[in-house]
Amino acid sequence: MKNPITGLNKIFDNRIRLGVMSVLMVNEEISFNDLKQLLEVTDGNLATHLVNLEENGFIKVHKGFIGRKTNTTYSITRQGEKAFSDHISALENMIKGVK
Amino acid sequence: MEEKLPGTSSLNDLSDIRRIMERSSRFVSLSGLSGVAAGICAIGGAWVANRYFSNYYGAYNSRGFTTGDDFSQLKLKLMLLGAVVFLLAFASSYYLTWRKARKAGLPVWDHTSKRLAWNMLVPLMAGGAFIIGMLRYDVWIFVAPACLMFYGLALVNASKYTLSDIRYLGYCEIVLGTVNMLYPGYGLWFWAAGFGVLHIIYGVIMWNKYERNN
Repeated sequence: MKNPITGLNKIFDNRIRLGVMSVLMVNEEISFNDLKQLLEVTDGNLATHLVNLEENGFIKVHKGFIGRKTNTTYSITRQGEKAFSDHISALENMIKGVK
Repeated sequence: MEEKLPGTSSLNDLSDIRRIMERSSRFVSLSGLSGVAAGICAIGGAWVANRYFSNYYGAYNSRGFTTGDDFSQLKLKLMLLGAVVFLLAFASSYYLTWRKARKAGLPVWDHTSKRLAWNMLVPLMAGGAFIIGMLRYDVWIFVAPACLMFYGLALVNASKYTLSDIRYLGYCEIVLGTVNMLYPGYGLWFWAAGFGVLHIIYGVIMWNKYERNN
């Protein structure tokens, strides 16, 4: 039998990274502050995980300005979308396997 | 100590994902009571408008004529009434939704509510422009059906950005507007039914479904 864990993506083990990807799947683009508010995490914590996701090529960063304030927004990449969908399918398969 | 049932953590992950997707893409704080409040305002407004009309026609019946002055006064009064009703309905709905959001610890003005507002505004502005265009040619009888139809379209469009049940309210408004086209003389009644009665029914159903137990 195929090991059901193989489909799971290690990067999404972390709840915050999982949360970021969930938000980006349904929002074309979202700002750092909106993400922070939605996931209820601190700046530093969120930033670390965002860098990690960016380095893996799962999200894209856009730096912009609103007046003088920086406004950083994030969106998902094709690759990120694929990785996340695979991860969800793997989770679903695991649950089916248990039932 | 890993005695957890296998699969529970994936189940938790999935429900987390679902919850976050839902919360990040839809404005979920819209209160059913907002619908009820807006409905009451609309019925009150329709009642006052009805009195304006009966005064106007009463004058016609007793004097045998009405002047252009009477008519433009009636127009002005109706426009003012419309603005007041809209403001009251908007303020009370906003307050009730704000209260619900605060109770849940969620922000009222975030990217979900901005998106909702924008997607409602576009069809509403189009409807407003259309109605102003009709009024320039004194086409009064289609004001109520146009209000209902464009509002219905706005709701159907908005349903992608808030609790999806609002879509059915939109369908009902569109149907009501269509029927009103066949009976154009009864605009006020259809208006009261669409903006008053339907809002109240919708509000009660929503309150029952989402808020009653919390």
